[in-house]
Parts: sequence; C-alpha cells; structure tokens
Amino acid sequence: MTAVNSAAPDTPIVTATGVVKSFGGLRAVDVDKLEIQRNKITALIGPNGAGKTTFFNLLTGFDQVDTGVITLDGEDITGTAPHRLAAKGMVRTFQLTKALAKLSTIENMKLGALHQRGEKFWSALIPGMWSKQDREVEARADAILQRFNLTHMRDEYAGTMSGGQRKLLEMARALMTDPRVVMLDEPMAGVNPALAQSLLELIKLLPGEGRTVIFVEHNMDVVQEISDWVVVMAEGKIIAQGTPAEIKSNKAVVDAYLGAHHGEDLSKVELS
Amino acid sequence: MDWGFILERSFSAMIGPEVVVYALAAVGLNVHFGYTGLMNFGQVGFMAAGAYGVGVSVYWLGWNFWVGILFSFVYAAILALLLGIPTLRLRADYLSLVTIAASETIRLLARSRVMQPYTGGVEGVNQFAGPFYDLSPFELGKFYSIGPFKYLGRDVWMLIVGWTLLILITLMVRQLMRSPWGRTLRAIREDEDATRALGKNAYYYKMQALMLGGIIGGVAGTLQVIQKASVQADTFNPVITFTIWTILIIGGPGRVWSPIVGSSIYWTLIVFIENTLRQLPPGVRTTLEDTVQLSDFNIAMLRFILVGLGLLLLARYRPQGIFGSREEMALDRR
Repeated sequence: MTAVNSAAPDTPIVTATGVVKSFGGLRAVDVDKLEIQRNKITALIGPNGAGKTTFFNLLTGFDQVDTGVITLDGEDITGTAPHRLAAKGMVRTFQLTKALAKLSTIENMKLGALHQRGEKFWSALIPGMWSKQDREVEARADAILQRFNLTHMRDEYAGTMSGGQRKLLEMARALMTDPRVVMLDEPMAGVNPALAQSLLELIKLLPGEGRTVIFVEHNMDVVQEISDWVVVMAEGKIIAQGTPAEIKSNKAVVDAYLGAHHGEDLSKVELS
Repeated sequence: MDWGFILERSFSAMIGPEVVVYALAAVGLNVHFGYTGLMNFGQVGFMAAGAYGVGVSVYWLGWNFWVGILFSFVYAAILALLLGIPTLRLRADYLSLVTIAASETIRLLARSRVMQPYTGGVEGVNQFAGPFYDLSPFELGKFYSIGPFKYLGRDVWMLIVGWTLLILITLMVRQLMRSPWGRTLRAIREDEDATRALGKNAYYYKMQALMLGGIIGGVAGTLQVIQKASVQADTFNPVITFTIWTILIIGGPGRVWSPIVGSSIYWTLIVFIENTLRQLPPGVRTTLEDTVQLSDFNIAMLRFILVGLGLLLLARYRPQGIFGSREEMALDRR
C-alpha cells in the first residue's frame, strides 16, 4: 500500500480559511482557520448540532460553502465535486453507513478503485480491454479484505452484514481509492466493542502508510486513544484544539459538552 | 369452444410481434430502473421518438428509409439528453415527473393540427416501411405455419429481424452489466452518494444509462411502427408505459432475461384470456352477459382486469418476479 506524498511533511495537508455555511438564519459552520496536519489522526469533536457533519460535507464537496477557501495539499478545492476530490486523493465515509446492499462485498470493494478502463461505456463492451486490470483490482481488494478480516464475507451481499461489518467494509472500500486523506464520519457509531477495537487498530495504521485521517467522533475514550490532535467545535465554531491531553483538561470543552454551569445549583445561576 | 384456435392464437402470441416490441422497450426500462434505479415513467415517449424519427424522416423530409432508421435512434438519444440534463442532478422523483409529462407532450404535440404537416396529425404517417418489407424472403400476404405457430409472411420477416435485434441487445446489456461500468450503475442504484464519494461521476453515468435505455426504447418504437406500417400518435399513450413496467415486474427488475420472459407471459395471458372469453359456450356467455354485462367491448376491459388480478397475486406470492431473488429483495428491508 502506498500513497502519494508530494509536499514537505510539516506543511498542513488540508486547510479551511474563513469557511461559512448558513442554513436560513442559522450559521451552521463558521470556521476562521483550520489546518490539518499531514499523516496525523485528527479528531473533530463537539456536541450534537455543533456543525461537525456539515463541516465534513463542506470539506468533501457534498455541500457548498457560502464563503471561504478549502485547500488540499496547497490546491484550492473549494466547490470541487465529490468524485473529483476522490480522484485527488480525498475520500470519505458516512455517519449512516452506505454499504451497497445488493452488491457483493467484493463488488463493493472493486467499485472503490479509481481509473478503471472498464468503467467507460465503450470499453465495457469489450472485456479484453479491462479484464486484466480488473484482476489486479480484485487482487488488491482481496488483500484489503483480508486485512479487515472480511474475507469470509467476500461473495455475500453487503446487505447481509452486521452494522459493524458494514463500517469495516466502508473503510476498506474507501482505501481502494488509495487516498491521501481519509475522512471518517463517526466510524465507531453502532459498532460492538470487540469490532471497535480492531477498527481502531486499523485506523492507527493509516498514518504509517502516508495517509492523513480526519474523523468525527462522540466517544471521548476513542478520541483519547487514537488521535494526535483534537479539534473541538460548538455552534459552528472551533472553540479549542490541542493534543488529547490538553483538550481533556480544557474548561471551554467541558463547558460545551456538559453546559457552562454543570455542577452548580441552577437556582443560583443568573440568566443571561 | 374451439380450443385448437385458442391455443394456436396463444402460442403465436407467445413469441409474436407484441412480445418483441414490448420486450425491447422493457430491456430499455430495465437499464433505467432495474440496474440504475432511474424512475422513468415515460418509456413510451422514447418509443414515440424512435417511431416518429423514422416516420417523419421519410414522410416530411423525404429521406431514405434506412437513414430514417438511423436518425430514429438519434432522436431517442436527444430526448434522453433533454430529459436528463435538468433532472438527473435532482432527487429521483423529478425524473419520473418529467418523463411522464414529456411522453404525453410528445403524443399531444404529434397529433396536434400545428404539427400535421410534419407528423401527419391524427392520421399519422403511413406507407413508409416499404423498403423493410422489400427485403422479406417471405410472401407478405401468405400465412406460414411452423408447429403451433402461425403468422403472416410479413410478420415472420418482422419477427426474424425483431428477435435477432432483441437477443443481440439483451446480450449487449448483459455484457455491459457484468463490466465495471454496469457495476457502477448498480452502485448508483443502491446509493448515489456513496458512489460519488468513491470517485464516480454519478450524473454522467445516469445520463449514459438514460440514453442507452432510451435508445433501446426507440428501437422498440421503430420496430412497432414498421410492424404496423403506420405511426399513430394515440398508440403512444401512457398505458403503454405501464404495460412495460408490468412486464418488467413480472420478470423481475435487474435481471437480464426478465423483459423477454415477462413480455411473453404478459401477451400470452392477454391473448389466451381474450380468445377464451370470446369463445365461451353460449349458456355461460348469456349468463355472464346478464350478470356482468359482458359485451365484446367489455371483454377487452376484462382481460386487463384479470391480468391485474394476476399481478396482485404475483405481488403477494412472488414479489421479486420470475427471475428475482427473494434473498436480494429482503435486503431492501434491512
């Protein structure tokens, strides 16, 4: 497994500058500046409605910014369509898993490979033009399936998988695009503890392969265990960022999660 | 009752001209709905595009028949583009609204007085299919019997050409759907966003699918008017679209041989029921006439009612169609 790595290792791989997105009167996302470090695991946390998923959608082209600039490896990617971003090496998964139910597991995997000749209409008609490449794609897919411990599901419909297996499949399928940036939207949601542990181990391997990981998560234990850097959002804004240890002891973060007055007698709190 | 006649009619219907035309149209709809998940409720519009493509080229432009045939596919492709450009970026339901409206627009426009110089209006276009029948090795007006099948010579010729086309196009679709291209279409059917996130331009693929299925629908329309030797606007009404859907659902969407088998079953049933009803013993006939007012006109209606009943039973006991897999169907509910 290799990933392309061009720029210097200490420059940020993804940046967002002045990114604003409103829905009606609501400013769902209002991020002044965010830089994602290359080949690190960055967690995006925050209470429900903090704008994490919207921000994710903006970064991955599934939603358009009102104003602001997003870059990938120094290239302006603001407003770029999702399928183009995937070709540029930025891939995402979804909060609600999107296993393609009526495709087999191996078909799900093979779909992930980019630049397949057989995906063009006219060459699709002539198997000779793509069958060799298809076998290579299949070999790569089998290797990843093995790593994700899904080989036994290879020829089953993806729709027959458990919730946890679907999360694994979605991540495995994303890796078929050989991405530089892997964006995981709540990769642990609905995954049983045993499977969650192996999923975490798999995520931890990615930076070593030259991949940057950005993930949204609610579970603070997960965040503590695997992130190099934590970004905290609340009400669309970034209210803090730092190492997991720093964030744990940050008062603003604790306030955002538990309310500014947690532990106080509410009758003595002044309403502002 | 003349069972020999009823069976001869039914057998002949099993692989007859209607079966070929509707199976082709259903192959197109299968590309749209069965494989890509596109809700096209105006397949008859593509048939009309093909039919008028050749009819108008010969009648108004005075072109060579074979050039007209080629252009009929171009018209179907253009129609797909026109329908697809504004709708395929939107939610799935917009395509169904636009396709059903467009198919009716085509019919009403074609039969309007304004368009009469080009389309022949309500009278339509006749006598353009000569060059097709000139090539026939069979005597056009003579009946040919092969086993239980019996057709006019002109229909035998049409059937040979039609079945050849149908089989070739079905095999082509099968090959496409086994390729990575087809896999991408099926992925879009399952979840468009996931497919886009994996680097596929879903809009582009949906447009290709709409055009391919539309052109196949155009071939069906062209073949139909060649068989009838006339283009009549009112034959391209929305009921045709729903018949094509019925056929696809009988066979099971997303399966290669569904359109052919579905079409064959549908037309065999229709013809069998109609001929049986017409030949009921006089006693039964009179009773039915008294109780449910079974006139000759109502027989045409009754056969659709019975086919509808059959569909209800199919939906209850075999919702996946003839070829569909129950296991696959169950995945939708998870």
